Amino acid sequence: MSTLTYTARDSATMLKRNLRYSVRYPVTIIVALAIPALLLLLFVGVFGGALGAGLGAAPPGGKYIDYVVPGILLMSIGYGASSTTLAVNRDMTEGIIARFRTMAISRSSVLTGHVVAALIRTVASCVLLIGVALLMGYRSSADAGRWLAAAGLVALLAFALSWLAVAIGLAAPTAEGTSGFTLIVQLLPFISSAFVPTGTMSGPVRWFAHNQPFTPVIDTLRGLLTGTPIGHSGIIAVAWCVGLAVLGYFWAGALFRKGAVR
Amino acid sequence: MSPTTSSPAITASGLRKCFGDKVVLDGIDLSVAEGTVFSLLGPNGAGKTTTVHILSTLMRADGGEARVMGRDPARDPDAVRAVIGVTGQFSAVDGLLTGRENLQLMADLRHLPRAEGRRRAAELLAEFELADAADKRAATYSGGMRRRLDLAMTLVGDPRVIFLDEPTTGLDPRSRRTMWQIVRSLVGRGVTIFLTTQYLDEADELADRIAVLDQGRIVATGTPAELKRRVPGGHVRLQFADAAALTAAERLLDGAARGDGLSLNVPGDAGIHALRALLTRLDDAGIEAETLSVHTPDLDDVFFALTGRPAADTASADHNTSTNDAAPTNNTAPTNNTAPTSNENASEQKESVR
Repeated sequence: MSTLTYTARDSATMLKRNLRYSVRYPVTIIVALAIPALLLLLFVGVFGGALGAGLGAAPPGGKYIDYVVPGILLMSIGYGASSTTLAVNRDMTEGIIARFRTMAISRSSVLTGHVVAALIRTVASCVLLIGVALLMGYRSSADAGRWLAAAGLVALLAFALSWLAVAIGLAAPTAEGTSGFTLIVQLLPFISSAFVPTGTMSGPVRWFAHNQPFTPVIDTLRGLLTGTPIGHSGIIAVAWCVGLAVLGYFWAGALFRKGAVR
Repeated sequence: MSPTTSSPAITASGLRKCFGDKVVLDGIDLSVAEGTVFSLLGPNGAGKTTTVHILSTLMRADGGEARVMGRDPARDPDAVRAVIGVTGQFSAVDGLLTGRENLQLMADLRHLPRAEGRRRAAELLAEFELADAADKRAATYSGGMRRRLDLAMTLVGDPRVIFLDEPTTGLDPRSRRTMWQIVRSLVGRGVTIFLTTQYLDEADELADRIAVLDQGRIVATGTPAELKRRVPGGHVRLQFADAAALTAAERLLDGAARGDGLSLNVPGDAGIHALRALLTRLDDAGIEAETLSVHTPDLDDVFFALTGRPAADTASADHNTSTNDAAPTNNTAPTNNTAPTSNENASEQKESVR
């Protein structure tokens, strides 16, 4: 068999292993679903009235849930990435990665398996989350093409954050060491256009919110799903995702090759 | 049994490795014949694990050459990986999968056909007494079971060379014995085993050849018997009922020295012939000894003699005193003794360092 078939076969083996966890311990999917769902409930049911009324750039139809769903999707992606970091870190500290590295298997398959599994998990929790939002009254004006584009962007961001998550999982000496990453991906949506437009924020916070990667992604998703203007956000969003993916990919690859043997 | 003409399974010459300023391996040379057990013996921090990491492609040496089954770990790592199995210091099993799934994962990664992978997994589960726990998660296994599963996973691809890095560290005595039996059965199948250990009795028990590693250098190599021969300290201790017999024996036997109480230490080897000769001399002289015990120098004495330090490190002060008197083992029958351990406690304390 050629190297390529081995790579595919080993990656499939690794993917199977990671998906088996998700099926057997669905807690990672549940967390990535339940916490954003609770926040959705909180923001729509509790703050929604006041926030929606205060929205300068209220979406057509003016329903706050239509505004907030893209941001909630990003939170779900963030939670998904946190569990990926933990899974990779567990592999590393348990020594199983060291074992894989002494076997004649495709080097990339170990990490590819994690990333693809993370992607599938995240997309699954996003689909479920959309279902919850629809039940709560979310309505989108998008046609199939726009939904597809939105799904593509969600997958792209999930892909980028997964590679970053893998790199951090490899780099962190302990599970506690990954908490910084977890904190960042879970906090970023709050300082973005997820819940209120960045224009309503004060000076430096506004600058940060406007220039951080989640905002253009959220704005693009919102534009695709509810028809608000997208502007340059689409390009910027894709650029951020590609940039983060490349960074994560090469960082993870370097860490894996260097093989921090513990 | 072991092939006589084939080239060695593992060779290394001048292996060097530094971590920053710290020289961990300072020119290691070794050669391991195929189908034998080679033991790298040394205290923590001597460089045992680093050597295993280099030979098993986990780490690159800074200098020197190595070959595993004729393949170069640095230049052709995948070729080396295809013929080796590694069981590291910590059990590298997937705790969230069951024992069977862990083995099947290895079979898949070794690219065995599905049915054969399943058969091999079942076979190994039975062989390693894990059949009852096969479908329980590995996280629920005891330390000994995890270690057995780990070793079973290493064996899935039928490797020609197996690296065992401190395979019994942290195991209870019974699990250690089980591990030893497994290692012996592997050698029986012609597998070459590279074993690192800080337990002197373990190397003594299992190894065909031993290299003593100290601070990144090999300070001695040889068979366990050869190493022991390099060390003084073997003697026969005679215990007498009264002072008269003791004095008579002392006069009879050259070089004998009084021990505690009414005992006499007679230097020399404790082979059957020597013992018989000794007893005959006593009989002929009409001297009756009450009991007799044989003291063979063990590897702890070897280490002390070679490095001037006890095996478990100079730092553990409490061990210094025990090296001289507790290490030689006492058996009250004149048979060859199977080294019970006095070094266990001293080694145990150091386990968590890495």
